[in-house]
Amino acid sequence: MSQTLQQKYETVIGLEVHLQLSTRTKIFCGCANVFGRDPNTQTCPVCLGLPGTLPVLNKMALEYALKIAMALDCRINPVIKFDRKNYYYPDLPKGYQISQYDKPVAYDGHLWMTTADGQARKINIKRAHLEEDAGKLIHDDRSNSSLVDYNRTGTPLMEIVSEPDLRSPQEAYDYLQALKLTLEYLHVSDCDMEKGSLRCDANVSIREAGAKTFGTKTELKNMNSFKAVRAALEFEEKRQREVVSSGGRIIQETRLWSEEKWTTITMRSKEEAHDYRYFPEPDLVPFEIDEALIEEVRRSIPELPRQKFERFVGEYGLSEYDARIIVADQHIAHFFEACAKLYADTKKICNWLNGPLLQEINGRKLAPRDVKIKPEDLVAIIRKVDENVLSNLSAKEALKQVLDTGKDAAAVIRDAGLAQVSDSSALEGIVDELIREHQSVVAQIREGKPSAVGFLIGQAMRKSQGKANPRMIGEIIRRKLSNKSEA
Amino acid sequence: MKLNELTAHELLDLLKAKKTTPREIRDAVLAGIARTDGQVKAYVRLRSKASGEQEPSGDVSMPIPIGIKDNICVTGEPTTCCSRILEGFKPPYDATVIQKLKGSGAQIIGSTNMDEFAFGSSTENSCYGPTRNPWDRDRVPGGSSGGSAAAVAGHEAIWALGSDTGGSIRQPASFCGVVGLKPTYGRVSRYGLIAFASSLDQIGPITKDVEDSALLLGIIAGYDERDSTSADLPVPDYTKALVNDVKGLKIGIPGEYFVEGIDPQVREAIDVAINVLETRGATFHEISLPHTGYATATYYIVATAEASSNLARYDGVQYGLRRQPLDTRKTPLIDMYEETRDAGLGSEAKRRIMLGTYSLSSGYYDDYYLKGLKVRTLIKQDFDKAFLKLDAIVTPTAPTTAFKIGEKSDDPLSMYLSDIYTISANLSGIPAISIPCGFSRDRLPIGLQILAKPFDEAMLFRVAYAYEQSTPWHKERAPV
Repeated sequence: MSQTLQQKYETVIGLEVHLQLSTRTKIFCGCANVFGRDPNTQTCPVCLGLPGTLPVLNKMALEYALKIAMALDCRINPVIKFDRKNYYYPDLPKGYQISQYDKPVAYDGHLWMTTADGQARKINIKRAHLEEDAGKLIHDDRSNSSLVDYNRTGTPLMEIVSEPDLRSPQEAYDYLQALKLTLEYLHVSDCDMEKGSLRCDANVSIREAGAKTFGTKTELKNMNSFKAVRAALEFEEKRQREVVSSGGRIIQETRLWSEEKWTTITMRSKEEAHDYRYFPEPDLVPFEIDEALIEEVRRSIPELPRQKFERFVGEYGLSEYDARIIVADQHIAHFFEACAKLYADTKKICNWLNGPLLQEINGRKLAPRDVKIKPEDLVAIIRKVDENVLSNLSAKEALKQVLDTGKDAAAVIRDAGLAQVSDSSALEGIVDELIREHQSVVAQIREGKPSAVGFLIGQAMRKSQGKANPRMIGEIIRRKLSNKSEA
Repeated sequence: MKLNELTAHELLDLLKAKKTTPREIRDAVLAGIARTDGQVKAYVRLRSKASGEQEPSGDVSMPIPIGIKDNICVTGEPTTCCSRILEGFKPPYDATVIQKLKGSGAQIIGSTNMDEFAFGSSTENSCYGPTRNPWDRDRVPGGSSGGSAAAVAGHEAIWALGSDTGGSIRQPASFCGVVGLKPTYGRVSRYGLIAFASSLDQIGPITKDVEDSALLLGIIAGYDERDSTSADLPVPDYTKALVNDVKGLKIGIPGEYFVEGIDPQVREAIDVAINVLETRGATFHEISLPHTGYATATYYIVATAEASSNLARYDGVQYGLRRQPLDTRKTPLIDMYEETRDAGLGSEAKRRIMLGTYSLSSGYYDDYYLKGLKVRTLIKQDFDKAFLKLDAIVTPTAPTTAFKIGEKSDDPLSMYLSDIYTISANLSGIPAISIPCGFSRDRLPIGLQILAKPFDEAMLFRVAYAYEQSTPWHKERAPV
C-alpha cells in the first residue's frame, strides 16, 4: 500500500529558517549579543521595550543580512523598511515584533544543493528578511509560574524562506545541510540548532503526482535538529497520504512535532491563526542601501562551498566525492589547500584527510576548527611514508600523537621511535627467526603460494612493533627462501 | 511683580545682574504652586528632591524652573502618562530633552497633568482628575498638555514642556493664553517621550512669550542618535529670528479654515491679528488647502492605529499595574491581560485602541490605514505647494475658546473637532506655533496659529515676535 501511495502522491515542502546573527550587539540597541548568561543580565531599556525608548538599527546586522542575500543570489531591496508584527506574548516586551513585511531585505534567490543521489539541484529562495528575536519563557514547576528571560530579546534574526521546491523529507534535510554550510562560510551565525541559533519550521502538503496546483498545507514547528525536521516531515507526509487516500481532507493548521511521542499534534487551526496587523514601523526611517555599501559587503564575501567545490575538482583534480567531503567543512577545506601548496599528490592528501584525520577528529568529538595540527605536520608524515621511513601504521600513530601532544611531526616521530627499521641486518635476524618458527608456512611459500608471504610479513611487523619496513621484509623473505631452495 | 510671574528671559537678566538667585526663583514658583494648584491642579506630582542632587548654582546657563508633562521620562521619577496602567513606573533613564535640560541647569519642578496617554483635548481624561483653566476654573485648560499650559498661565512654572500629536501643545496654549510650539517632526528627539502616535508626536515648549519659546526650543532641539526619526540638521540660534520685522513676508490665509463651526469672536480676533501684521508690512494671500476637510478623519485613523500598537506593551508583565483574577479559569495569561488592561486603561484609551486595531485588521487595512496614509500625503502636498509661494500661513488655533468642564466629555466627536485646525501640521510634519491674540467678551484667551515650512521654526518666531511686540496680549496675566 505504501508503495502505491508513494507513487500516487507527490510531497511538496517549503522551509522557513530562522537564523540568529552573531553580531557583536543586538539589532536595535547596544546590548551584547551573547548566549548563556544569567537571565536578564543582557538587557537595557530599549530591548526591554520600556515606554519612551526607541530602536536604532545596528549596521552590522544589516551588513550580515546583505551578505546572506548575496550568498543566496537574492535580489536586494534598495530601501530597507521595517514593519510591526503585533501579537501578545509575555516574551515579547513591546507587544509587537519589529520585522519586515512587504519589503524584505532580499527576495528571489536560490541555493544549489546536492541530492542524496549526487544530483545538483537549485532550490529557489522566496525571501529573506531581518527581524528581532523574542525572549524566552521558563516554566518553574516548583512555584507553578512562568518566568521570562529577556537576554535573547532583540537578537538579530534573518528569516530565510524557501519556495515550495523540495519534494521529500530527505531533500529538505539536504537543503538544510547545504544552507547551513553556506551560512557557516559567511561567518554570520553559529548555526547551532541546539543553542537555538538556527531554527526551522516546515510547510508541507501533498498532491497527486503530476498535479499543477498545491494541496492544503500544514505548518510544522518545534523541531530541534535537522534529523527532527526530516522525521517530522516523514511523519506528516505519511499522515497526509493516509488522510487523503481514505477520502479525508487536510485541514490547514499548525502542528507541533513531539520528539518523545514521534508524532505531530494540532497546535492551532487556520481560524485561530493570528491577525498580526502588520503596519510600517514608524520609529525607524527607511534606510537606503547605496552601491558603496553593497560593494563593501560584496568584497567581504568569501569563496562559498559550491565555488570551492568546483575549484577543488578543477584545480586539484579531486574526485567529486572527495571534494564534497573536504568542502563540507571550511576548516578542513582550508587545511587541504594549505597541504596542497606543500605537496603535489592531492589524492594522497585527500586519503589522509578524509580517512585517518577525520576519524581521529570524530573519535575525539572535536570540531575541525579545534584540532591542533598544522598542514606542515600532515605533509611531513605523508612524506615519511613516501620515503619508507614510516609504515602506514606508524604514520597513523604519528598523526595521533601530533593531535594528542600538539608537537610537530618530526619531534613525534623521533621521540616515539616510530621510524621504520630499514637496517637490513636487523631485519634479516627477524626473518631468520620467523623461518624457524613457521616451518609449515615456509613450506607453503616453497610450494608457490605467494599469499603465505603476506602472513610472514605480518608476523614481522608484529615482532618489530610496526616499525619494520614491510617491503624490505618481503624482499628478504623471498630472497632467503629462494636461496634455500636453490641450495 | 513676583518672580514666578516673570518670563525666563527676564529672570535670566536678573540672574545675570545678580539681582536674584536660582533658589529664590524656585521658591517663588513653589509658592505659586502652593497658592494656586489646589484649585488649578496643573501638577500631578511635584518632584521629590533627589538625594545628592546639587542646588542649582550660578554656573549653569539657565536654572529656570520647568514643568514636565507626565509622558516625558525623568530618571527615577514616576512617569505615568496619567494612566493607572503605568502606576508605579519609574523610568531608569532620562528622555533626551530632560538630559539637555539638566545640562542647561534647569530646575525640574514636577509632572504636569494630561489626558491619559495624550488622548484628549481637555485634560479631563486623566486618572488624577481634570485640570482647571486659570482664566476660569469652570473651564478646561485644553489638552492634552493642559497641565503644562495651566502651570505656565497660573505662574506655577516659568515654562513647561508639552507634547503635540494633533494639537496637544497649541490648543491648550490657546485656551490658557500662552505660547505653544509644535516643532517640525524630527526637530526634537522623541527618545523618552512615551509614545502616543510615533509618526506624529513631537515635544515642544509652552512659554509666556515668544522669546522664551525660542530659548527653550534652542535647549531641547537637535539630532539624537537614539532617535532614528530625529533630523541630523544644525540647530540655529532661534533668538536671532526675533527681529521684530515682517516687512515683505508673504503670509497665506487658507479659506478652508474659516468656515462653519468657528466661533465669531475667534474669527474676529484672527481678522484683527491679520490686520496688525499687515500694518507691520506683511502681505496676505487667500489660499486653498483643498484636502483640509479630510484631516480629522485621516488623523484618527493614523493616530489610533499607531496608538493601538504603542499601547500593547502595557500588558501587566514587566511594570505598571497587574491584575490577576482570583478565579483563574483555563487561560490565566489571557485573563491577566484582560483584567489588567480593563482596570488600567480609561474609556478614551480603550476607544482609540479599538479604533486603531480595527483599521489595521486584515481586510480593513487597505480601506482605512493605507487610505489614511495616502490622504496624509495629499495633505502634506497641499502645504508643500502653498509654501512654494509663501513664508507662513495663519489660522485660528482652535475654533472656540475654552469650553466648560464636562461639556464635551460625553461627545467624543465634538471633542475631536476641537483639534480641527491643529491636526494638519502633525500630519504634514510642519512646525506651528500658537500665540495669544486677544480675548473673548467673557475674558477667555484666543490663540493665533502660525505655520511654516519644515525646519523653519525661525520663521514662526519672526512672525510671532513681530506680532507680539505690536500687541499687549502676552502681558496679560490670569487672575490667580
